[in-house]
Amino acid sequence: MGSYQPSTQAERQAMLEAIGCQSMDDLYAQVPPEMRLDHLDLPDGKSELEVRRVLEGIAAKNTVFPSVFRGAGAYKHYIPAIVKSVTGKETFLTAYTPYQAELSQGVLQSIFEYQTMICALTGMDASNASIYDGASAAAEAAAMCRDRKRSTVLLSAAAHPMVRRTVETYCFGNGMEVKTVPVKNGFTDAQALTDLLDDTVACFYLQQPNYFGRIESARELGEAAHAAGAKFIMGVNPIAMAVLKTPGECGADIAVGEGQPLGMPLSFGGPYLGFMAATAALTRKLPGRIVGETTDHDGRRAYVLTLQAREQHIRREKASSNVCSNQALCAMTAAVYLAAMGPDGLRQAAESCMAHARYAAQKVCDVPGFDMVYPGPYFHEFVTTCPCKPEKLLAGLAKRGILGPLPLEDGNLLWCATEMNTRDEIDALEQAIREVV
Amino acid sequence: MELLFEKSRKGRRCDLLPPLDVPPAHLMAGMEREIPLDLPELSEVDLTRHYSALERRAHGVNNGFYPLGSCTMKYNPRINEELAALPGFTGVHPTQSADTAQGCLEVLYLAEELLCEITGMDAMTFQPAAGAHGEFTALLMVKKYHLDRGDTARTKILVPDSAHGTNPASAAMCGFTVVNVPSNPEGGVDLAALRAAAGPDTAALMLTNPNTLGLFDPNILEITQIVHDAGGLCYYDGANLNAVMGVVRPGDMGFDLVHLNLHKTFSTPHGGGGPGSGPVGCKKFLKDFLPVFHVEEGADGLEFRDPAKSIGSVKGFYGNFTVVVKALSYILTLGAQGIPEAAKGAVLNANYLREQLRGTYDIAYGDGPCMHEFVLTLHDLKKQTGVSAMDVAKALIDHGIHPPTMYFPLIVEEALMFEPTETESRETLDEAAAVLRDIRAQADADPEALHAAPHHAPISRPDEVKAARHPVLRYTPPEDQA
Amino acid sequence: MNTPDHLRYTKSHEWVLFADDGTAKVGLTDHAQDALGDLVFVNLPQVGDALTCGEALGDVESVKAVSDVYSPVTGTVKAVNEDLLDTPEAINADPYGAWLVEVEDITDQEELLDAAAYEAHCAQED
Repeated sequence: MGSYQPSTQAERQAMLEAIGCQSMDDLYAQVPPEMRLDHLDLPDGKSELEVRRVLEGIAAKNTVFPSVFRGAGAYKHYIPAIVKSVTGKETFLTAYTPYQAELSQGVLQSIFEYQTMICALTGMDASNASIYDGASAAAEAAAMCRDRKRSTVLLSAAAHPMVRRTVETYCFGNGMEVKTVPVKNGFTDAQALTDLLDDTVACFYLQQPNYFGRIESARELGEAAHAAGAKFIMGVNPIAMAVLKTPGECGADIAVGEGQPLGMPLSFGGPYLGFMAATAALTRKLPGRIVGETTDHDGRRAYVLTLQAREQHIRREKASSNVCSNQALCAMTAAVYLAAMGPDGLRQAAESCMAHARYAAQKVCDVPGFDMVYPGPYFHEFVTTCPCKPEKLLAGLAKRGILGPLPLEDGNLLWCATEMNTRDEIDALEQAIREVV
Repeated sequence: MELLFEKSRKGRRCDLLPPLDVPPAHLMAGMEREIPLDLPELSEVDLTRHYSALERRAHGVNNGFYPLGSCTMKYNPRINEELAALPGFTGVHPTQSADTAQGCLEVLYLAEELLCEITGMDAMTFQPAAGAHGEFTALLMVKKYHLDRGDTARTKILVPDSAHGTNPASAAMCGFTVVNVPSNPEGGVDLAALRAAAGPDTAALMLTNPNTLGLFDPNILEITQIVHDAGGLCYYDGANLNAVMGVVRPGDMGFDLVHLNLHKTFSTPHGGGGPGSGPVGCKKFLKDFLPVFHVEEGADGLEFRDPAKSIGSVKGFYGNFTVVVKALSYILTLGAQGIPEAAKGAVLNANYLREQLRGTYDIAYGDGPCMHEFVLTLHDLKKQTGVSAMDVAKALIDHGIHPPTMYFPLIVEEALMFEPTETESRETLDEAAAVLRDIRAQADADPEALHAAPHHAPISRPDEVKAARHPVLRYTPPEDQA
Repeated sequence: MNTPDHLRYTKSHEWVLFADDGTAKVGLTDHAQDALGDLVFVNLPQVGDALTCGEALGDVESVKAVSDVYSPVTGTVKAVNEDLLDTPEAINADPYGAWLVEVEDITDQEELLDAAAYEAHCAQED
């Protein structure tokens, strides 16, 4: 109904007179009259209570599953209460990008702390302040690796399909060629990678754990890429980093990933968080904002947006990326999450994911017709066969309040379990599957 | 102030997760992380005090006037936050089947319908996460459109010299060559230069209208006609839509594509630099090129469909969904009358503040009325007193006012760009004008004090040269420092 | 403004020092470093890169600006001054010591100015 303007009609009239105008229309003298709108074909404005009713009604049309056994790029984890309370603070919520350092030390320091934690998590040297999500971070990472002689991107087919599609879309823009390294037995095919590597390859992108939940021999694949002079990019699950060999230990040049598991709800796909870290040698090629430490005029420690001459507002068409706004509040969410979990808590979450996934796999495969498709270790996702039409299984599970696995193109099922799935819930899942099939 | 890492004490923790209720699982040898996990160890009370202290060292719209030009720092209504946080939205997995996510699809569908009406477009995607991401998306559509017609010669994007830096950077990311179009003496597009630049190699023109000088280009129909006559497309950078929403539509100005910044015009908060949302709208003939996951009506309700000639995906899933919920809440609140009322209020506030400053500071291109923002040029002030745009901006901090955008647009020397927005009261504007007049007086009386401003902020001016020459981008414990 | 006589200059504010063996070193003039302010980084070409006179060979960054450095000669990069990657401030402190690139196989050059002509050019620009 209103428009959140504090001034009254009378005040506005007085202000108009103060600037020598008769009516609001005088202010739009530069707008050709034939273009001006008579009216907008929108509903009338509503009071706060009415808007609340409308949107609560819309939200009620969604099903929120109490029990979720699906990941595939979006993961349900426990979000500590402190995370929401900190990121809901009005000042963090309503501040702009911290251009004015003197007035933005709180935001800048929080980003510096985030960058430090992303480096700790990934074993890399330098992190940026965030990017839109894991998929766009992968695409930006590929663009970082281009040089005059090398402009081919090798993408593992065991990477998330949406990540692959996003990298391909960015490359349609910048003209890099994308080649796919095929999958063999649920792993990136090492021989095929070696065959594809030549002196035009800028980088090789590997997801760890991969789309099928499998843990790749990342270091060996990375070494093959390096031997051919290509850069090695790893897309990693941040929770898994508590227990899995890091990109730093695997020799990666750039580590990226979807940061949603670090305290962000599922939210139908966003806002999420793209994290991005690199070796010291590639620091100046990182896109987007970066916070650095310095001192103020009086010698006190201070934080600023730094290395700005890389960025679009200075380099314009010569900038390697156009990133401006990123996912700052999501980065803060991740930082609070990581600080609340601490090293022990994050390891506990990771181990709980592994243990519950293992238990869920056993229970699912206890049901005849469900078998593990790939042998060997996995983190919190795994693939099984399905003895019936996946739609039938999913519909049956949905009726019982369970979001079941994601059906893959080959008819198999991609499952996920995290610390959110209790033993009782997994036992109930097994029971439900038996009833449905 | 200490960092989280400096406050960390070994063994401290928050107890968040239960012990395992299933047997433990283990990785195989060689897969495990071997390096230590250097996360801070803190109690919950340590954390809450830390972030409360950080909050006191920051400034948001809730703290005071924030006239940051081109950023539209309007009030962020609290109802939007509550509705976006409804479990019915935040608990939905993005791969849920359409029949279990009709509410989410309806949000996108309804937001598309309303924003198409506001912009004069026919279809829209919400996948882009920010304004620059929207520019990139739209230019990929331009590229694919021309290629699809078999027209491979259109390799150039025309960008006015007053444009935001993201425009040329986005064009370059799409493999286009950027052609800068100069401004005319009135601050608008130089028509002769545009005519000379437009041709068979023109893919599109990118234009912000009102532009970054806060001026509506009265030649807009001629501008878009010139580009169309040359076979190019016209792309509207919606950064400044707040000035004209509900008054005039990009679609009626002759634009074929538009991006919006929901985190500017449609009141969603900036979050210290994101998450934003940069939806892209287009005319019907470009609809087939939109990114994947376009919401349409199907036999069983709403569903996602991939447009026939889609450019693909610019990120995962469907965009910053809950940001769209916030914008939808705002649009429903304002409605048909409130939308133009907000625009007019923004323009009124900008003109009012500008008039309060006329005579005290030089106004760039200040003859006619401005739109939602205006630019001061402190070139002469600096010459006379040595006090720069930077000095004045920093002095505002001592008065609890966030500085305006500095040194932009590039075509104005010693520029300060003010955008008060419609959600500020007359008292706030009067007070800001009084402060700016005091600062002007101080420029004569005590310029040294202004060079050293701010004096009452958590820090004084930082050494940016040191930060950039020898970057320190993360904390290193003293024992590990070389 | 310091403008040594033994160097040659471009109108875009680079200096060139030709050696007897046909190679040349290129750097930024005192006037240029003064106008650019505190430099924080340099982007240099790679050894073996072909340079064309009048075209950018790299750029220098200050906190809030980036400026192209134009090659005064056509030739091949023989060496780059990698010390500048860690100490860009050397260009501010000693512009005529802080060479950026050394060029060999020179086949062409810009119209170069002597010290007096360059000083006159700068005076005219200001």
